[in-house]
Amino acid sequence: MRTVYAFWLRELKRYVRTPAQIIGGLGQPLLLFAALGLGLGPIFAQSGRGSYLQFLAPGVISMSVLFHAAFAGLALVWDRQVGFLKVALASPAPRSYIVLGRLLGGATSAVLQGMLVLLACLLAGFRPISLLSTGLALVTLQLVGTVACAIGTAIGSRLESTQSFTAIMNFFLTPMFFLSGALFPLEGLPKVLHVIAWANPFSYGVDGLRETLTGTAHFGVFGDLGVLALFAVVFVWASTWVFARIQA
Amino acid sequence: MIRVRNLVREFGKIRAVDNICFAVEHGERFAFLGPNGAGKTTTLKMLTTLLAPTSGSILIDGVDVQRDPRAVRRKLGIVFQDPSLDSDLNAYENMEIQGVLYDVPRAVCASRIERLLKLFDLWDRRRQLTKTFSGGMRRRLEIARALLHTPRVLFLDEPTLGLDPQSRRLLWHCVKVMNESERVTVFLTTHYMDEAEQNADRVAIIDQGVIVALGRPGELMEQTQTSSLETAFLQLTGAHTRDPRVDSAQHMLDFARAWDARSGRAR
Repeated sequence: MRTVYAFWLRELKRYVRTPAQIIGGLGQPLLLFAALGLGLGPIFAQSGRGSYLQFLAPGVISMSVLFHAAFAGLALVWDRQVGFLKVALASPAPRSYIVLGRLLGGATSAVLQGMLVLLACLLAGFRPISLLSTGLALVTLQLVGTVACAIGTAIGSRLESTQSFTAIMNFFLTPMFFLSGALFPLEGLPKVLHVIAWANPFSYGVDGLRETLTGTAHFGVFGDLGVLALFAVVFVWASTWVFARIQA
Repeated sequence: MIRVRNLVREFGKIRAVDNICFAVEHGERFAFLGPNGAGKTTTLKMLTTLLAPTSGSILIDGVDVQRDPRAVRRKLGIVFQDPSLDSDLNAYENMEIQGVLYDVPRAVCASRIERLLKLFDLWDRRRQLTKTFSGGMRRRLEIARALLHTPRVLFLDEPTLGLDPQSRRLLWHCVKVMNESERVTVFLTTHYMDEAEQNADRVAIIDQGVIVALGRPGELMEQTQTSSLETAFLQLTGAHTRDPRVDSAQHMLDFARAWDARSGRAR
């Protein structure tokens, strides 16, 4: 338990100690929010679906959590490069505790980042239905973060250098984000897109957050949380399995 | 403290470590020397539970390394050849996380961190991020960290590589203090023969996977009728350099190592 906590805390310390990353990480979601939200807003409204900003905000908040957590997981490569990973692997501490602490910490720091994006969205005019649902929103985001961080960790366990980060982003994260319903409603989509969104864990994160913040959902919030929790268990198990097999 | 019997490690068809036997006594300072590629690192990895032997046995403080690696890990303090600090944490936090990894009780941990950081002359810098540290400070912190859980054996893999004479002196002084006060067995590798001569009770020289000499530095000099450990070393291992051979045998060895690492035979 102490190991899990120590590694969770380590992730948070690393997060607050890199203000450049915190501010830089706000850029992309806010750009999307502004450009798409204002640009496509009129068309969205004309089709009778109301405010696009309201629809989009949960999407970009989840997105910031997805990317931040995935990169926190990938940062394992950095630990390998500075040599700290070796120390952890050569110690008697069970590797599963180390992974779990890292995953939860990566997810928590991602949630903090998501909260900053939420704050920015509020300033830009986004209005959640009630603040009561914020607790549930945090649970949703923590689950999204855990899944994303586990994916990042599993990939990071297999990488030797940071060079392939861009490729991973293009092959995993960007598709996960675009094909999730973060930017467009899942109703009335072509069959192919719908199937992809259905299989994409991130869809449930976006949908869950959208319901808790704005009250509209495609799958339903408890279904979302259930599916996300299931994905979290699978991915946490998978990343632990991969991590346990790293060569020191 | 360390008992190595008929230890063999093969990478494919190549024997990196070829049937070596030696013992290190409790509280002893033991230097393990050899030219590059002689089998030092492979042996060290096996001793520290990071690589499984092909055959043979290693007992550390009576525990079989292969049978119970976790129990063995508790007894070891390891300072790796390459840097291994967490650069995003400060010196104190690096120590703390080590305390967690080795399950040192909290109360013991705090007082021990203070004692070690003071001994290694890092106490005033404990709140500073280690990425701002000089090479010598980093090394000292790594050694202090490795000693936190009061290990039975301290492994130092080329600890003074690239350090200035002042740092080297302080480092060896601290190691000596801990060796004498806590009777921690020290197992070190180095390419600086004068350091081995001054800081080791006994020396083993490995070459091409085989131990070619073992004894007190004085004995080895007597044996080879030389006046320094360095000339004794050169006489025992030959004066030619050991640059990696770029021939098919070397390619085979590299390939075998890479293959072995992939198939996950080590732990």
